[in-house]
Amino acid sequence: MNPESMTEIWVYLSAQPLLWLTLTLAVYLLALALHRKAKGHPVVNPVLVSVSILVVLLLVTGTPYQRYFDGAQFVHFLLGPTTVALAVPLHAQLKRLLAMGGPLLIALVVGSLTAGLSAYAIGALLGASTPTVISLAPKSVTTPIAMGVAERLGGLASLTAVFVILTGIFGAIFADGILRRLGVKDDASIGFALGLASHGIGTARAFQLSEQTGAFAALAMGLNGLFTAITLPWLLPLLTPLLK
Amino acid sequence: MIAAFALLLAFQLAGEALRVALHLPVPGPVIGMGLLLVYLIARRGPSESLRMTSGNLLQNLSLMFIPAGTGVMLHSARLFDEAGPILVALVASTVLGLAATGLTLHFLTRKGKQEGSR
Repeated sequence: MNPESMTEIWVYLSAQPLLWLTLTLAVYLLALALHRKAKGHPVVNPVLVSVSILVVLLLVTGTPYQRYFDGAQFVHFLLGPTTVALAVPLHAQLKRLLAMGGPLLIALVVGSLTAGLSAYAIGALLGASTPTVISLAPKSVTTPIAMGVAERLGGLASLTAVFVILTGIFGAIFADGILRRLGVKDDASIGFALGLASHGIGTARAFQLSEQTGAFAALAMGLNGLFTAITLPWLLPLLTPLLK
Repeated sequence: MIAAFALLLAFQLAGEALRVALHLPVPGPVIGMGLLLVYLIARRGPSESLRMTSGNLLQNLSLMFIPAGTGVMLHSARLFDEAGPILVALVASTVLGLAATGLTLHFLTRKGKQEGSR
């Protein structure tokens, strides 16, 4: 095949949603294979590996993100029904979740306030700009809630989405190591902490550990989303004068 | 499998509808998750096909974050400009959040001893 027809084929395909949809799935399968090859080592996180490869591919080919997303949106869409599907493992662990109701609620309040307010305070004390700091505060909760909260408080929704993803990847990689070092070894505590601090990506990691861990993560993700959406909008304005 | 997928979408749709109607601060899929949980309690568990479909989707939860995650490239300028504070704030607060949650739950459930979780 001569180079001109190769270019022609590329120009045609790169404008089609099919190309980037297929590449997203192919890159994900490659990342999964690497993850398995590394015996499930958390640093070879499938989201991190896939995103890194795709960003390089997009930059090298000069493809704008919007054109990539035209294809990848079909995968993105599945996030909705998959979130709904979290009810199934939650139901399977319902007895245990209910038996631990009190401790779970206390851990929710302690953990949620610690994660959100410390992000805001540390960012502000280190001199990050106001929109950045506000966008940091909801970074532990699931993307759509975080974006909504940040926007209402004067942050940048799309920047928040980036912080949410980075937080999720960081938690997915390091959470079980950190918690084990602290002596926290039971699947309920590890799962709940993962879901609370690192939302869906942490929950995906928790499901790699076990279904029980995943169920606690899913519960924590949902509860922290709800709790943050309700409390952060009136907590942040109270904190702001203390840091000025 | 299609019936189970349709059921998941229907609960998501119901969640979205409730969110808009009641001006709830929580996204539609999370409300849908709550509604499906209520349905599963009433029905005493999922059907075999719903259990399989959910399992398949959840096994690939990582995949669903890739399109949004790739959006990191749109914010490279700000991320570089404020890299220091952002990195410290993200890492420190996530470690603190993890530790606070994990330790609280660990000590509260260990004291009670009702839960032999492992």
